[in-house]
Amino acid sequence: MFFSQLGYYSLIFGLILSFALIPIAYKDLKIINNSINPNIFIIISLQLFTVLLSFISLIVSFINSDFSNETVYNNSHTTKPLFYKISGTWGNHEGSLLLCLLVLILFIFIFLLTSKKEPKKYQIFTLLFQQIIIVGFFLFLLLVSNPFNYLLPIPVEGLGLNPILQDPILAIHPPILYLGYIGSSIIFSSSLAAITQNYVDNKWAKNLKNWVFISWIFLTIGIMLGSIWAYYELGWGGFWFWDPVENISLMPWLCLTALIHSIIVLEKRSLLASWTLILSIASFTLSMCGTFLVRSGILNSVHTFANDPKRGIFILIFLFVLILGSLFIFFVLHKPKKEEQKNFLFSKETSILLNNWFMMYFLSVVLIGTVYPIFLEVIANEKISVGPPFYNKLLIPFLIPFFIFMTIGPNTKWIKDNFKLINLRLILLFIISIFLSYLILSKTGSRGLFTTVLIGSSLYLLFITVKDFFIKNQINLSQKISHFGFSLLILSIIVNGIFSSEVITNIKVGEKYNFKHGSIYFEKINSFKEKNYMSVVGTFKIKDRNNKEIYLKPELRIFNQPIMITSEADIKTSFYSDKFLVMNLVKGNEFYNIRYQTKPFMIWIWLSTILLVTGGLVNFLNKERK
Amino acid sequence: MKKKTLLIIITIFVLFCFVVLLKGLSNSNIYVPNTKIGKQLLSFKAKKLLNNEEVISDELFFENKIYLLNLWASWCVPCRTEHHILMQLSSNPSIRIIGLNYKDDLTNAKKFINQMGNPYSEIIIDKDGTISIDLGAYGIPETFIIDKNKIILKKFVGPINDQSLKEIESLLK
Repeated sequence: MFFSQLGYYSLIFGLILSFALIPIAYKDLKIINNSINPNIFIIISLQLFTVLLSFISLIVSFINSDFSNETVYNNSHTTKPLFYKISGTWGNHEGSLLLCLLVLILFIFIFLLTSKKEPKKYQIFTLLFQQIIIVGFFLFLLLVSNPFNYLLPIPVEGLGLNPILQDPILAIHPPILYLGYIGSSIIFSSSLAAITQNYVDNKWAKNLKNWVFISWIFLTIGIMLGSIWAYYELGWGGFWFWDPVENISLMPWLCLTALIHSIIVLEKRSLLASWTLILSIASFTLSMCGTFLVRSGILNSVHTFANDPKRGIFILIFLFVLILGSLFIFFVLHKPKKEEQKNFLFSKETSILLNNWFMMYFLSVVLIGTVYPIFLEVIANEKISVGPPFYNKLLIPFLIPFFIFMTIGPNTKWIKDNFKLINLRLILLFIISIFLSYLILSKTGSRGLFTTVLIGSSLYLLFITVKDFFIKNQINLSQKISHFGFSLLILSIIVNGIFSSEVITNIKVGEKYNFKHGSIYFEKINSFKEKNYMSVVGTFKIKDRNNKEIYLKPELRIFNQPIMITSEADIKTSFYSDKFLVMNLVKGNEFYNIRYQTKPFMIWIWLSTILLVTGGLVNFLNKERK
Repeated sequence: MKKKTLLIIITIFVLFCFVVLLKGLSNSNIYVPNTKIGKQLLSFKAKKLLNNEEVISDELFFENKIYLLNLWASWCVPCRTEHHILMQLSSNPSIRIIGLNYKDDLTNAKKFINQMGNPYSEIIIDKDGTISIDLGAYGIPETFIIDKNKIILKKFVGPINDQSLKEIESLLK
């Protein structure tokens, strides 16, 4: 109880500090010197401290299972293991917003520390814009999502013990994702500040690039962890479902990916300034849009839960104030410098612009697929839901030209390239790739011109990215790693999508089931008593087409409070494919329903994403060293 | 001048989006569970899973009985855990179980029924998920108890268990 009060009041104190900070910073704008008023640093550090204190208080309330706190009551339980009590702090609406606020302040603090060489007014304006966002979050927390609401009489036991959410990956997935989302707030604030100071040039791009990489790296890891959780814990046998909640994390990712490329053009060639600004503003706006769509309950998704409508209205108004404000600043204050540099058709600039167009196309497809149902319902009162076929139809055909451009783009030179359209060696490699893809497809019995070209062109991209490692100059090592990771990722996803197979059957102990490429033998079943559930483990012997035997042990967990059965899939991961087995109770106790899947190149999806991130990390660290 | 026009056009577009989303927010209440309880089931048209005949909901809920409408899909894992309870209920003559197959592959759905047993007296398909949305469902499995006047008595979100079975049986008395 003490900690709830402490958390609440230190949060209010933090908001007061914001109001104190804004006039001081404003006054400091008029003083012409090179360094920021030291009081500003003191206030920011204090603000960081108060919000940190408030966050720690909430963690302590969770650890103590203090059910006089409504958030704790709704999301925790005394029998939860300590680790999940702590991760429960940010596993809910109120706590996660408090964490977002903490990150917002932490990032502006780091920004001020690391940007001391930048123009003073630019720093202060960034701080001011960031403070506007921070005040918005403070008000949102205190007015409609207070994490320290008081309950009386104090309940004896908490409600939250959702076993699905008790997973180590899910404990770290949200904070990492928030670091990505909120990282883009710095990009947003500093872009607006750069516009007001007419500082949109290559020096600004160099400074901002770090932040673009930070948010991009965290967002990529965050999305990957979410996918891993869906695959291993949910046991639906997939890693991406085109669910609105997944889409809204993909949108800022696509935007940031485009930004990473365009900001390089701005840094190296002072081109694309306005476009870079638009992307910078859009990536944070899209993140906020995501918050709105998830938190307001406006979307009809299995993930979103209906929420307090007041919250939705608050975020909506806040979101549109940000959008309109930044639009106004962009259109009225932004004075584009005349771009006098010549730009030729065959150059790195053009190829990066092309990359951006593709990203924008992918982004629009995802955006439309996500919000179209809402618009249609309001305007025409019709209800539809958009599923994987929509995305597959609109995205996949565009992948082929995208792959081909991606093989050419990175190797073109700045300004002007004497690009030869007919390069015999490359054409030969392309033909080999198509032929290889044809061989693979015909060996597995599936065919089709489109699939052949799709796999062929992604193989071609893979070959080219590998080949690039052997080119002498290693300046762009990070780009090579990332592009190689990306091509591997796309290839793994495509192969995984096409060659996954599934067997569903009912089986009892001692029975054997034969299918096309092997057999499943149900050897035995054991049950164990665990701390807060009963565990039932089946042992299955599976023979594949090469007569290789493996054992899989899927598990059923029967929780008693609340009564809930979860199935834990057993997954054997190997270099080439994952074998996935999940079982369920049927018709009394004798029969079990099992689902056996083979998913080729599953582990490559995770590995290649890690490569993709490594590329970003290499770039980030390299620059730090310089 | 050109810039100004562009700004005005974009601002109008943004404001339009704002109004639509604001309206959408008040609409979103239909996704809140419980709101449909005590209300009459809206009639709808759907196709049957097993013979592909079209049927109007009034033809399904015509008998003087308690109905159980269960939303399921072959790809839904929790649906498998609740299936044996539905099988148990299907032997009770005072209740009729109707299955609503949600966004499913029809071959898989039929396979599911062949393997797990068929507790449903009738299965209709909701290929695009619109019927389920109209019902106020926000995920599957979900189970509605409907009386002879087509009033929704109760709704279970998530898989039904032994506790829910007892509640359903008490409604039948």
